[in-house]
Amino acid sequence: MSSIALPVPDPDIVARRPSIVVELQKLLGADRVVGDDDGRRAYETDALTAYRRMPLAVILPQSTAEVASALRYCHANGIKVVARGAGTSLAGGALPAEDAVVITVSKMKRVLDLDYPNRIARVETGITNLAITGTVSKDGFFYAPDPSSQLACTLAGNIGMNSGGAHCLKYGVTTNNVLGVRMVLMDGEIVDIGGSHLDSGGYDLLGLIVGSEGQFGIVTEATVRIIKAAEGARPMMLGFQSSEVAGQCVSGIIGAGIIPVAIEFMDRPAIQICEAFAKAGYPLDVEALLIVEVEGSDIEIDDQLAAITEIAKRFNPSVIKISDSPEMSAKIWKGRKSAFGAVGRLADYICMDGTIPLGRLPEVLVAITEICQRHQLKVANIFHAGDGNLHPLILFDANDAASAERAELAGNEILTLCVKVGGCLTGEHGVGIEKRDLMSVQFNPTDLALQMRIKTVFDPDWLLNPAKVFPLDARIMAEIPERTTRAAA
Amino acid sequence: MQLTADMRPDTEAALAEIIASASASRTSLELSGGGSKRSIGRPTNSTHNVSTRGLRGITLYEPNEMVMSARSGTLLSEVQSVLAKGNQMLAFEPLELAGVVGGDARQATIGGVFATNASGPRRLAAGAARDHLMGIRGVNGRGEVFKNGGRVMKNVTGYDLCKGLAGSWGTLAAFSEVTFKVMPKPPASTTLVLLGLTDEIAIEALCSVMGTPYEITGALHIQQQLAVTLDHMGLRGQGKAVTAFRLEAPPKSIAYRRDKLTAALKVYGQLHDLEQKSSETFWDEMTRLSVFEGSDHPLWRLSTAPSKGPAVVAAIGRYMPVSALYDWSGGLVWIDVPVTTDAGAADVRRVIATHGGHATLIRASASTRSATDVFQTLEPGVQRLSQKLKATFDPSNILNPGRMYVAF
Repeated sequence: MSSIALPVPDPDIVARRPSIVVELQKLLGADRVVGDDDGRRAYETDALTAYRRMPLAVILPQSTAEVASALRYCHANGIKVVARGAGTSLAGGALPAEDAVVITVSKMKRVLDLDYPNRIARVETGITNLAITGTVSKDGFFYAPDPSSQLACTLAGNIGMNSGGAHCLKYGVTTNNVLGVRMVLMDGEIVDIGGSHLDSGGYDLLGLIVGSEGQFGIVTEATVRIIKAAEGARPMMLGFQSSEVAGQCVSGIIGAGIIPVAIEFMDRPAIQICEAFAKAGYPLDVEALLIVEVEGSDIEIDDQLAAITEIAKRFNPSVIKISDSPEMSAKIWKGRKSAFGAVGRLADYICMDGTIPLGRLPEVLVAITEICQRHQLKVANIFHAGDGNLHPLILFDANDAASAERAELAGNEILTLCVKVGGCLTGEHGVGIEKRDLMSVQFNPTDLALQMRIKTVFDPDWLLNPAKVFPLDARIMAEIPERTTRAAA
Repeated sequence: MQLTADMRPDTEAALAEIIASASASRTSLELSGGGSKRSIGRPTNSTHNVSTRGLRGITLYEPNEMVMSARSGTLLSEVQSVLAKGNQMLAFEPLELAGVVGGDARQATIGGVFATNASGPRRLAAGAARDHLMGIRGVNGRGEVFKNGGRVMKNVTGYDLCKGLAGSWGTLAAFSEVTFKVMPKPPASTTLVLLGLTDEIAIEALCSVMGTPYEITGALHIQQQLAVTLDHMGLRGQGKAVTAFRLEAPPKSIAYRRDKLTAALKVYGQLHDLEQKSSETFWDEMTRLSVFEGSDHPLWRLSTAPSKGPAVVAAIGRYMPVSALYDWSGGLVWIDVPVTTDAGAADVRRVIATHGGHATLIRASASTRSATDVFQTLEPGVQRLSQKLKATFDPSNILNPGRMYVAF
């Protein structure tokens, strides 16, 4: 797969690589800068592995001051910078460029302050998502956003992409759970936005920064909301003979005023694959499976599951199974959370991330199947049903260039369809390079120019993570100052 | 086109035409919805008013998807009554500031709610107005029609301008349509009350309640001198400071959680119950800040870390007499201070700078609001970014110029 055009690297910068590495090492210390081939190769891609580019150098700072020094140097020398957390982006958000330095905050993972009365934690952003919860779970608290990669992904990346997860139906996504950041701008200036209080006293710059895909600055510290965990949680499984009815059941539950903590949907291929891998106890004779989880005390859980069961019965489910032990609950979730890995054992896949209005689900699922069949590809559908965030996994063979090409085309058609029915290109993975060229499907030139001008507010020279998020030609049309971006033929 | 003193476009295109024309002639515009919060912020001194109240109507309501869209001039009351019929609500409980600033609450529009990020007591649990805004259509200061976000809840496609524009008080763009998340009404609610606590003890109690898994959806403390002015007869009659928190859940859950909390809070005194109706009346009153109505005293809105609320109030109290209402478990403090030329701004700002957070002067005379920073004074780096942000949206500085900051 290589149909996404990447800019031609600036030959002058590439030619200066040896001296740039030496200067950076002198500035930051040799142990902070990776300049050799093997070392750099470890950073040549993220989780969108079809695209690889060797970075000019990799910087591993250990403090905000070091990030500031590095950025000041790059700014003064006109060197582009790609910010990186753990490199788990499925959208190519952390893909390097040959003329860009990668700055990763992965060595900055200290917990700076835990404040239970105010229910906040201040941390360095190289900390992994799950490690935040790990730090406070002994006191019964947790950090709510839970992307599937939470064991590996960093808070820095979560902030960059405004990551979500299975439980955001109740607890919101990253932007709803971050109160403040310390960010280094491209010219090395350090700014504090927000803090340990709620909402902004002026413009909501924090709201703009979360989800800006590393294009505004490098966030080195953050204050996040921590929440007391419910006394307990329990999932149930509902199996249906059609995806359409499963979708109607989701509407029925929400329409009745019940917001479970998660409602996950899997279609037949996804169920089969996950069951074979995780032995989760999923029913194999259904077309669609819902995993619905509720929280509270035992009595509260019983009550809520009983209410959901009553609603579900109106839709003639062929399976109603409430977890009867913590082991069973763990298995049910293990099956769902290992879905990507399970699919990966069978074939290469690309994971789509569009969102649709729930009411359009039946027709969209039919169309996804039709699109993939037309491209001679298989697809398994997994999604966060409560909020309409689809994750079709398109299976292909990476050793067959034609199959890979078709997978990318099918993915683009699916995302275009999501926009057409009133949804969007990406619900939680971000645009990166993957959906960059589809942005003009969702936005017109005015909408795009408006956004690009905001990047210019934070990064006037477009040095931070350029060639991502916006179609390359859109910048020219919007008359955004341009230094080096030239689309490859 | 000819710009007039009072313009009320009834289409997005007409709104864009007005702003484009004003931009071309560099004519400043005072932008408003229904004008219920018009006297908040620095006076714009513009002789041309553009109101979005002609842009009316709910354009989408899908209860099962928890989403509604409405043209920006649609009355908040209409939105709320349609939602109530679907047994739903705006979970952030829009704060009604009209009553305390002498505006007409009935004129409040849904666009104005989001333009001012007006969030009430439930913000603590449910998020602010900005967290519920999913999509916008609007016109920037260049007269360009744009959109951002959409009608689906999970959406990270491009930058999140919904958040960036919420709370920008009409200085960056005029909204023409807003799309927002709506939530089911809670099946039942009750309020538990502690009486006669000092500020420090009350906030300590509220912070500990917020640290339980019982999903408290409102937590506030009213000083005694304000509590005796409540409309709520039962609480006013007690003659004591009121510390209250709200439970919203199915009745069985409420009973369960109430028992747990009663045991946990024993040390703070006896817990009193407000039954559903009484509870709803009380929070409605809190949503319009009734205890500050009918006064011309300056009213400040302070945002800080919840546990710091009492220290902030005590510190300001060293310089002037203060009456305080603590919302959001202590993180949002409303204080009434005596009339002075700067409404106590110098002292209030010095204190908030020491403790962290921000301060906004919500009520003061026009002359005070002209002479004083009404919104939080910004750190130089943030100020520069904010100023540049304003310039990208509104390069001619024609949209509510000076309403938030003197310089932009």
